[in-house]
Amino acid sequence: MIDMILFGVFPYVAVALAVAVGIYRYCFDRYSYSSQSSQFLESRALFWGSVPWHYAILLVLLAHLLAFLFPSAWGALLGAPGRLYLLEVTGMALGVVSTISMLVLILRRVGNARVSAVTTTVDWILLVALLIQVATGVFIAITMRWGGFWYLHTVSPWLWSLVSFSPKIQYLASMPLVVKLHAVNAFFLVALFPFSRLVHVVSIPLAYISRPYQLVVWYRQRNQV
Amino acid sequence: MNIRAQVSSVFHLDKCIGCHTCSIACKNIWTDRKGSEYMWWNNVETKPGTGYPTKWEDQQQYKGGWEKKGSDLQLKMGSKAASLGRIFHNPDLPTMDDYYEPFTFKYQDLTNAPAGNDQPTARPVSMISGKPMKIEAGPNWDDDLSGSNIYAANDPGVVQLSEEEQQQMFAIEKMVMFYLPRICNHCLNPACVAACPSGAIYKRGEDGIVLINQDKCRGWRMCVSACPYKKTYYGWTSGKSEKCILCYPRQEAGEAPGCFHSCVGRIRYLGVLLYDADRLAATAKLEDAELAAAQREMILDPFDPQVIEEAKKAGIATEVLDAAQKSPTYKFVKEWGIALPLHPEFRTLPMLFYVPPLLPVLSKETQGIHQLADGFFSSLEQARLPLKYLAGMFAGGNEEAVKEVYRKLIAVRIQRRKITVNDLADEEVAKAREIAGISAETIEAIFRMTSLTSIKQRIVIPPMLREQAVEAGMDPEAYKQEMGFGKRQPPKRRW
Ligand code: HEM
Ligand code: SF4
Ligand code: SF4
Repeated sequence: MIDMILFGVFPYVAVALAVAVGIYRYCFDRYSYSSQSSQFLESRALFWGSVPWHYAILLVLLAHLLAFLFPSAWGALLGAPGRLYLLEVTGMALGVVSTISMLVLILRRVGNARVSAVTTTVDWILLVALLIQVATGVFIAITMRWGGFWYLHTVSPWLWSLVSFSPKIQYLASMPLVVKLHAVNAFFLVALFPFSRLVHVVSIPLAYISRPYQLVVWYRQRNQV
Repeated sequence: MNIRAQVSSVFHLDKCIGCHTCSIACKNIWTDRKGSEYMWWNNVETKPGTGYPTKWEDQQQYKGGWEKKGSDLQLKMGSKAASLGRIFHNPDLPTMDDYYEPFTFKYQDLTNAPAGNDQPTARPVSMISGKPMKIEAGPNWDDDLSGSNIYAANDPGVVQLSEEEQQQMFAIEKMVMFYLPRICNHCLNPACVAACPSGAIYKRGEDGIVLINQDKCRGWRMCVSACPYKKTYYGWTSGKSEKCILCYPRQEAGEAPGCFHSCVGRIRYLGVLLYDADRLAATAKLEDAELAAAQREMILDPFDPQVIEEAKKAGIATEVLDAAQKSPTYKFVKEWGIALPLHPEFRTLPMLFYVPPLLPVLSKETQGIHQLADGFFSSLEQARLPLKYLAGMFAGGNEEAVKEVYRKLIAVRIQRRKITVNDLADEEVAKAREIAGISAETIEAIFRMTSLTSIKQRIVIPPMLREQAVEAGMDPEAYKQEMGFGKRQPPKRRW
C-alpha cells in the first residue's frame, strides 16, 4: 500500500504540482521567477559551492535523462568494460563533487550572517533535499555496482511505466531502501520545484547567444504620428 | 538616416554645492524600502575621490563597459557565451562591501538602559543581518575628503597622473575639489542592456530611457558588472536588479524627475536630443580620444528642415520635435559645445553631459595686489586640477577637447566680469572671445542659461502622450512603492 502511494501515486502528484503551480506562478507571479542570487552578499564561498555544484549536477542529470530516454543506446554505450568504467568513475566523481559543493553551499548559508538573513524555510528544505539526493546517489553508485546497468532494467522501466499510466511499482518495491529514498526524494524535488527558487532551472537564457546586443521597445505604433 | 529622440541631461558642475538634496529626493521616491537601502540611483561624490562604489571608474577591477575586439565591440566582461558560462558565479560582480553595508542604530538601548554610571550608547547594527557591526563605509564616506591619502590619492584618475602632478594637486595651498552628481546616463549603447541574458533591460524607443522589466529579470546579475558607471543595482531581497528610471512616471505626467526638480544649485538641465541611430555602431568604435567629439557629432540639428523631415518619417511626433528645438541640452552639448560626457572611453555613449567645473580663478599676487594672471590661457595648463585629470574624466584623455571647453567658459567669465566689475580692458575681453572662438551674444546666452533661467527653460520635457502611457490614471500616493515598476505588487520575495 505504502509502496503504491510512494511509487505509483506520488510521482503523478509531484509532476502535476510542478506543471500546474509552475504555470500558475509563471502566469500570475512572473516577477517571482529569479535565481535569487546571493552573490552580492557573499561571493568567495559561493564560487566554491555554486560553480562545481552546477556543472556537476547538470552533467549527472543529463546522464540520468539520457539513460531514461534512450535505454538501448545507453546499454550499448556501457557494453564495453572500458567505457563502462570510464562513465561510472566519472559519474561517481561528479556525484562526490556535487555532494561536497552542496555541503559548501549549506555551510555558507549557515555561517554567513548576511546570507542566512536572506534564506527562507523553503531554501533550507530545498538545500537539504538536494544534499540527500546527491549523497544517496553517491552511496548507491559506490555500493551497488554498476548502476549504469541495472538502472536500465529497474528504474528506467518503472519510469516508462509511469509515463504510460500503468505504474509497475514492483520494479522499485524490490529495490534496497536507499534506492527507494533516492527515487522518492527525486519526485519530492520535482514537487518542490514550483514552490522554490528551483524555477530558475527552466529560465535558462540560451536565446541570449543569438540575440543582438541592444533591445529597443516602442510604446506607440511607429509611423502613425 | 534613422532618427531617434533621446531625453538627455546636462549637469553644470560649477553650480553643484554638494548638498545631496537630489540623492535624498530620489531615495524618498524610489529606494526607501528593504533591499534597496544601499542603492543610490542618484549619488553625489567628491572628486578627486574614490566614489561609490569604491573606485567604480577602475575597469581593470570591475570590467564594466565595452572594449574593442578586432573590428568589433565586445563587453569588457567577455563574450556572450563566456558570460553564460560564468552565470553560476559572476567573477566580476561587486559585492556589498564595495558599496557599503547599510546600518542603523539600536536606539531603544538609549531609553531602555537601566540607571547606571555610564552614558548609554546606541550600537550600530547591520540592516541586513540585524547583528552589531562596525561601520566602515557609507554612501558618501569620502565626502569633502579631497586631498586625503586614503580617498583622493586612490582615485583611479589621480593614480594615472605623474608623481609630480599628484604632489602639486595635494599641496595644501593648492588643494581643490568639486562635486560629481551621478545618475544613470541612459546611454545610447548601454552595456547593461547588452549584458542581460534574459533580455529584461531595454531602451524605450520614444525617449531612450533605459529600464529593467522586473517581470523578465531573473537575477542573473550581469548588468551590475556590465554598467561601467555601476548604475544598476542588485536588490538583495527581491532577487531583481534595479536602476534609475529617470522618473518616467513623473515625466509622463509632465513633471521633472525628482532629482532635477529638487536640485538646490539648479545645476540640472533636461531636454530632447535627436540623433542618427545608424551611426551608433561606427561611433562607439572610434579611438578613446575621438569619442567625446564623435558623440557630439551624432547629435542632429532640430532646426534643419531635412532632419525634421527624416524625423517625421521615423515617427517622431511634432510635439517632440518642438521640445527638441527648445532643448537646453542641445544648446549646451552641440550649439555651445561646453558639455562633455563622463568617461566616453567606456563606449556606452552616455547621454548625461557635464559642464566641467571652472574651479578657482587663477590669480597672481604682485606687491600685495591680486590680479588675474596674465597669459590666462597658457596658465590653464597650470590649473589647480591638472587638465590631464579632467581630460581623463570627460574626454577619454583628450586634453585639447577639454581645453576647448575651458577657453569658452573662461571667455564667459571674463566678459561677465567686464560687465559687472568693469576692471578689465576691452581688448582683453575680445582676446578671450577670439581664442575661444565664441561671440559676445553666445556668451550672454550661456550666461543667461547658466544663471537666470526658470525651471521651464532648464527642464523641457517632451510631451509623452500620456493617454497612451504605461500606468496612466494610477494615483502615485495610493500606490507608493508599487508604481514605476509596471507592478502592483510590492517588490519583495514571495516564494
Ligand atoms: C542551466 C541551468 C541553471 C542555471 C543557469 C542556474 C543558475 C543559477 C544561479 C545564477 C544561481 C544563483 C547563484 C548566486 O547566488 O549567485 C543558482 C543557484 C542555485 N541553483 Fe542553479 N542554475 C541552473 C540549474 C540548476 C539545477 C539543475 C539545480 C538543481 C537541481 C540548481 C540548483 C540551484 C540551487 C540549490 C541554488 C542555490 C544555491 C545557494 O545559493 O545556496 N540549479 N543557479
Ligand atoms: S549608465 Fe549604466 S545602467 Fe545606465 S544605461 Fe548606461 S550602461 Fe545602462
Ligand atoms: S541637489 Fe543639485 S546642487 Fe545639491 S548635490 Fe544634488 S546636484 Fe548638487
